[in-house]
This record gives sequence, C-alpha cells and structure tokens, in this order.
Amino acid sequence: MVVRNGRPARIEVDPALAARGLVVADAADLPDGDDLLSRLHVADAFTDLNTAFLPGATVVRIPRGMVVERPIVIVHHLDGDGIASFARTLVLAGESSDATVIEHQSSSDVAAFSDPIVELEVGDAAQLRYLNVQDLGSRVFQVGYQASRVGRDATLRSSVVALGGDYARVRTDSRLEGKGGTSYLTAVYFADGGRMHDFRTIQDHIAPKTTSDLLFKGAVSDNARSVYSGLIRVGKEARGTNAFQTNRNLVLSEGAGAESVPNLEIETNDVICSHASAVGPIDDEQRYYLESRGIPPEVAERLIVLGFFGEVLDRLPLSEAVAGLRATLVRRLAERAGSVQDGSS
Amino acid sequence: MSELRVAGLRAGVDGKEILRGVDLVVTSGQVHAVMGPNGSGKSTLANVIMGGPGYEVYEGSVTLDGVELLGLPTWERAQAGMFLAMQYPTEVPGVSLADAMAAALAPQGRAPAEVAELVAAEAVRVGVSTALLARPLNVDLSGGEKKRNETLQLAVLAPKIAVLDEIDSGLDVDALKAVSQRVELITNEVGLGVLVITHYSRLLRELRPDVVSVMRQGRIVATGGPELAEELESTGYAGYSD
Repeated sequence: MVVRNGRPARIEVDPALAARGLVVADAADLPDGDDLLSRLHVADAFTDLNTAFLPGATVVRIPRGMVVERPIVIVHHLDGDGIASFARTLVLAGESSDATVIEHQSSSDVAAFSDPIVELEVGDAAQLRYLNVQDLGSRVFQVGYQASRVGRDATLRSSVVALGGDYARVRTDSRLEGKGGTSYLTAVYFADGGRMHDFRTIQDHIAPKTTSDLLFKGAVSDNARSVYSGLIRVGKEARGTNAFQTNRNLVLSEGAGAESVPNLEIETNDVICSHASAVGPIDDEQRYYLESRGIPPEVAERLIVLGFFGEVLDRLPLSEAVAGLRATLVRRLAERAGSVQDGSS
Repeated sequence: MSELRVAGLRAGVDGKEILRGVDLVVTSGQVHAVMGPNGSGKSTLANVIMGGPGYEVYEGSVTLDGVELLGLPTWERAQAGMFLAMQYPTEVPGVSLADAMAAALAPQGRAPAEVAELVAAEAVRVGVSTALLARPLNVDLSGGEKKRNETLQLAVLAPKIAVLDEIDSGLDVDALKAVSQRVELITNEVGLGVLVITHYSRLLRELRPDVVSVMRQGRIVATGGPELAEELESTGYAGYSD
C-alpha cells in the first residue's frame, strides 16, 4: 500500500490472500468504511483535525484465524511543499489471527505538517506485530497518534523507530481491554541537528491479568531535544496486572538535552509495576575500556550507541529490517563524528 | 626491542597525590612485577600509564620507545603498542568482543574476517567458549571469564608492552594457570614486555617475574629479582616503610 501526502495512492494484495479474506483497502472503497472510521476511541485536537480533513484511510482487515506470513507494508511519502497531511491507518486483527504490519514514513525535502493516526485493534487471542519507521525530512512537523486496543489473551508488539522530522510527536495509547492481554511497546529514537522528538505513552490496564512492557531508548545529539512522558494506568478491575516501563536516554553533545517523566496511576492493590528512567552522557568507563583496546573515540562512541539501541533493535518485529536500520544509524552517527569530544583528560 | 620507561611520575585524583615519584622500566621479553599493599597506588599507576578518566598527572613522564605517552589520548597509546588488562573489566552493553576487536585493529588496516579468525583461534588457547565472543563485553561474566577475556584481547592485539592490573583477582586456579601460561608464552615467543601488578605472590608462581618492585605509598621502595617476591610471601609488606 502506498499513501502519498496522506491519500491512499496504490494498493497491491497477494490475490491468494485476498481470496481468503485479507483486506487492504481505502476505507472509501469499503461498504462499512464510514463505520470503521468512527471507531476511534481516543480524542484530542489533532485527532479531531485528522477526522475533519481525512482524505481517505487505509484499512487492513485480517480475518479470523488467518496467519499472514509476510509483512503487510504501508509506505507513506510526503512530497507536497507547504501541505498538511492527514493519514489514517486502521488495522483490524481478527480473533486468533497472526500478522505483521510495517509503516514507513518518508518525505522529500519539503516543509509540511503531518497528522497521522494509527489504530490497532487486536482481537481475542490474536498476535499482531507493528513497526513504524519515521524517516521524515527535517522540515516536516509531525503530530502522530498510535492507539491500540488489545483483546482477551491477545498480544501486540508495537515498535517505533524515529529518525527524522523537525518536531515529531507520537502519542502511544495502548488499552488492554481483554483479560490476559499483553502489549509490548518499544521505541528507538535518534535526534540530531535541531530536531525535537516528543513521546507520550499510556499503558492503560482495564481488564484483569493484563501485561504491558514498555522499553523506549533514545539518543540526542547536536542541539536536538527529546521528551518522554509515560503513564501506567491500572483501573479498578485490572487485578493481577503486570506493568513495566523503562525509558533510557543518551545525551551525546553538550548542546543536546533529554527529559524523561514517568508516572503511575494505580487504583487496585494486586499489581506488579515498575518504572525506570535515565538520562545521561556516554559512560566514561565504557569509553575508556574500548579506547584502551585502541579503538578511536568516534568509533567507540558509535559502538556504544549501537549497543545501547541493540536491546530494542533485537526485539523489533521484523528482523529483516534491523540490518538496514543499524546501517542507517551508523551513517547518521558517522555524519556527526566531527562533533565528538574526547573524554580522556 | 621495546622499552616502557616511567620517570619521576607524580599523579593523583582530585588534587590528591597518589603517585609520589615513580621510576621503573619494562623491556621486551621481561616480566616486571609491581607488588604492594592495597592503597599503595598500583592501580593508579596502571591507569595513568593508559590515560584513564579522572586521573591527573602533576609531573614526570611515561615513554614507549622514547615517545611520550602522557599527552596522547588513550586509543593512541594503545595503537602505539600499549595494552591494559583491567582489574575490573568494564561491562559494555550491546558491544561484542568480536566487534570490539575488529574496530581496534581496523586502524591498522586489518580486515574484519582476518580479525575474527584470530579471535576464534585465541579463544581456544585461553579457554574462552565461542558463545562468549558474540555476547556483550564483560556483561554477566564470572571473574575468571573476564580475565580470560582480557588475556584473549591481549593476544589478539599483540601489544609491545602489556600492563596486567591484578589479573589474578577473582580467578580460580585453572583460570590463573591458563592466563599466566598464555602471557608467559607470548612473552617468550614474541618478546612481549609485561608490567604485572599484584597484591599476592600466588600469581608470580605461575607467571615468573624477572624483576620485582615493591610499591608503598606511591613510591617504589625496593627493586630486586624473583627472590623478593618469595621474601614478601613470608614477611609481608611490614618491613618496607617509607
């Protein structure tokens, strides 16, 4: 599926899968398209804006029990200068289905505003893997929303890799609505130049015996900024909840900065919860260890940063994508090698 | 023939002087042991030679074959032919031994595949399981595994002079033997010069020193042959006052 400037442009589906009921389509071409788009369960000014200006929406419907072996890929590209893009993606993973959906966002070198919404509905006992790679140009201002609902005994593995944009925000709201549901939320973000990455997450435990595990790791360089604020909310009915939240940040330049704000809101006693957050420079002792082997400082730093991200990259739902992402990170880190400050005294 | 020469070295941390004028020489093929009680400045000496973070040099010089090391960043000291086997090897999450060795030898134009072969062959020699090579450096390793790992890196990097900082701490007898024998073999075969820093003479029964120096309160207070280590074994450090 190709989405250009927020508008569905081109769709190709394996006929064999389509025959078995897999739907990848523009909502406008579906009889129940309007109903589908009104299912959105979260609201803020930017979701209202998205709904008001929606030029079309991508619907992925995986029928009950279907196992889709290969990833379903949605490519978003912005190439209109001065445009505002309002994309919507709705993934409906039927009961006991199993699938992987990848969204890749890129842009030409244009000034643009992007307000995409992703809805993931994971049916009972379904397994859904979702990866979003954001590699927008440095003049794109993005406010994104990723809302998920996880059913009974279902598992969602949702990952974000954020590399670009000017100001780029992603709100992640994962609601665990069915007993025994699990949500794994991971992110890798690297902000250089004058970018700002802004992540706001909610792990919302509504049903009993639900699990959420969040691991967001980021690095900021040059004059870039990042903010992570996360909330674990455990409702009155959500007994036996396990909820974990970890956010770690590396600050690679003196002019860069990262903030991390974890929060808990717990209304029942029977829970296991933890949160951890850290913001700091590369550890001097790690750098010294590698340099004492003869590794030049910029290479040592690159190894440490990639190692830091490795824990998340290794968990990404599409292992084939990891090598490419590593290569991109190596290139981006090498581009800023001139600004490396030697930690030795 | 290489020579590490430490002359009149005064150094410390946060303005507090720890090394108060150290002189010593290590040459190729020689094992020079520096022994001393805790707090005598042995580890400071090792880290000042390598340029560790947080250490300040007030006076003196450290030269390798006449080239002053003190002004060089750590990695250039290593490229010049120095190696430090650390007392407490730092955990580096997500960075494998194999990747680190490839990156360390890349400035010398060595290909990653060649380095990988060298690492694999050396792992067998020092008894490091191949599974450990892909794991993050020093993470969740036992004391013995960490020191075997340091020895493996020493052998792969082939320095002119190696400083072994308490390589015997946290080692079981088997690992102590494996590490000592490998270092001794490199010393004999390719003329590695070794500065071995230790608290105990146990190590020196395996890795036999040519020269023994006794360090107390930041100074070398006695230098002699292997018999000095045996003497320390029976009398302790009490006989060496400032």
